[in-house]
Amino acid sequence: MVDEGTRKTLSNIQLLKTKAGPRDKELWVERLKEEYQSLIKYVQNNKEQDNDWFRLDSNKEGTRWFGKCWYIHDLLKYEFDVEFGIPVTYPSTAPEIALPELDGKTAKMYRGGKICLSDHFKPLWARNVPKFGIGHAMALGLGPWLAVEIPDLIAKGVITYKEKTG
Amino acid sequence: MNTVKELQAKLKELEEKLTAATQKNMRQKIETMSSEVVDSNPYSRLMALKRMGIVNNYERIRDFTVAVVGVGGVGSVTAEMLTRCGIGRLILFDYDKVELANMNRLFFQPHQSGLSKVEAAAETLRNINPDVDIHTYNYNITTVDNFDHFTKVLTTSSLTGGPLDLVLSCVDNFEARFTINMACNEFNLTWFESGVSENAVSGHIQYICPGETACFACAPPLIVASNIDEKTLKRDGVCAASLPTTMGIVAGFLVQNTLKYLLQFGQVTNYLGYNALTDYFPTMTLKPNPGCDDSNCRLRQKEYALKPKPEVAVEAKEDEKPIHEGNEWGISLVSESVEDSEPKVVEGIKLAYTLPGQSSIEECKEATTSNDISLEELMAQMKSI
Ligand SMILES: [Zn+2]
Repeated sequence: MVDEGTRKTLSNIQLLKTKAGPRDKELWVERLKEEYQSLIKYVQNNKEQDNDWFRLDSNKEGTRWFGKCWYIHDLLKYEFDVEFGIPVTYPSTAPEIALPELDGKTAKMYRGGKICLSDHFKPLWARNVPKFGIGHAMALGLGPWLAVEIPDLIAKGVITYKEKTG
Repeated sequence: MNTVKELQAKLKELEEKLTAATQKNMRQKIETMSSEVVDSNPYSRLMALKRMGIVNNYERIRDFTVAVVGVGGVGSVTAEMLTRCGIGRLILFDYDKVELANMNRLFFQPHQSGLSKVEAAAETLRNINPDVDIHTYNYNITTVDNFDHFTKVLTTSSLTGGPLDLVLSCVDNFEARFTINMACNEFNLTWFESGVSENAVSGHIQYICPGETACFACAPPLIVASNIDEKTLKRDGVCAASLPTTMGIVAGFLVQNTLKYLLQFGQVTNYLGYNALTDYFPTMTLKPNPGCDDSNCRLRQKEYALKPKPEVAVEAKEDEKPIHEGNEWGISLVSESVEDSEPKVVEGIKLAYTLPGQSSIEECKEATTSNDISLEELMAQMKSI
């Protein structure tokens, strides 16, 4: 079921243990701490491995997340805003990651720019509740999506490289 | 050239004409349902169900409040059917807008593009039957901010200010189904789940009475086997396909079973599948899973076990002597052995995926342990990377 590439990706991200959603008050704080610890570690690992590809941040309740992700294509860096909410049913269901600026530009999206996930993602997530967290959703959901869709969108001329001003 | 005054007068005149025209086309409310067979009675054919002995008391339909969550291809048709049947109150939830891309489905019309689905639907439905009290909520039920309001509506918006009589899930995604399941388990509400596959050639409805039948979290979702090899199913460039036919059929099944449930006639099917490629309709019953992940489901199961079971039930008799083949499987999720923890399903239905016994990806790193560091510190640390 889990292929070599996925296994390698997963080995990079710490698992979580508290099964709690945003309605669970104190337990949710526990879960949020695990999410942050896992994400911090994951981002640091990415940096060390020269594969830094996203930053995330949340509101203080940890229910809304936002940030940026990057994709390098032909040595050019394409950057996109990322956002998602934590559903009340989390972590039984994964967060629905959205790239709002690409909404309407590809058929591989649901309303609001939510990315269309592969058939493997949901079963994999379901098998790993509550061990999978936001980092896993990024790595197994958004990562592969960018790798397939962005080169395609660039080739079609739907997205073009923008020189950074900052 | 017209003066402003003249234009204002003209505008007023036109507005009056428009109101008059709308009122002329809109029928007046009807106080009591009559079974009189005259051209002007919109309920005569429904009330005939009573005369024919199918339904004992059709006018009770007016006492019921039903929620339709998701007003898309299935939900809009469901809402229209319930409206034409004269349901007492209809509560609609959706956060989407009508788009031209929806026009391969029934109900919505091109001129409604850009309007919110609930508003556009309410307008059409009030025109079809002004006797139905329609409430609309234009938000996403899965967010933390909206969930409490959603459950408040479900528990207090019946015609008598109590919990709704039935919730119909017509949503198109797993997260929303899970949200409805969570709410209905917590507040003990009976609901129907419905769905159409992403390849548009199969669908299903499932009756979920917390504690009595399997909830949506008791097992992986049950789907109709399409006999299409997954590897040959091309998904390039699209998320989902849809057909008005499959959606209309599923909506029909859903409302048919809703009517049977509310008006107490016939048998309500626990799980009814539809395979469009072979015109195959598998049915089955699924008992709740004592080890369900949802603690409220487990609580409802305990409550149900203590409840005296009605003996009159017509279904009980027919259980002994199934009238058609697909129905003879009283499938139970209860199992003694560990290996046998997966529910058995009838031919033509399969689980969307299988769940492992306990742990799956052991090769992964250890679970994180939260130590003394505070959440604020972690948030700051994240920002500073
Ligand atoms: Zn359950």
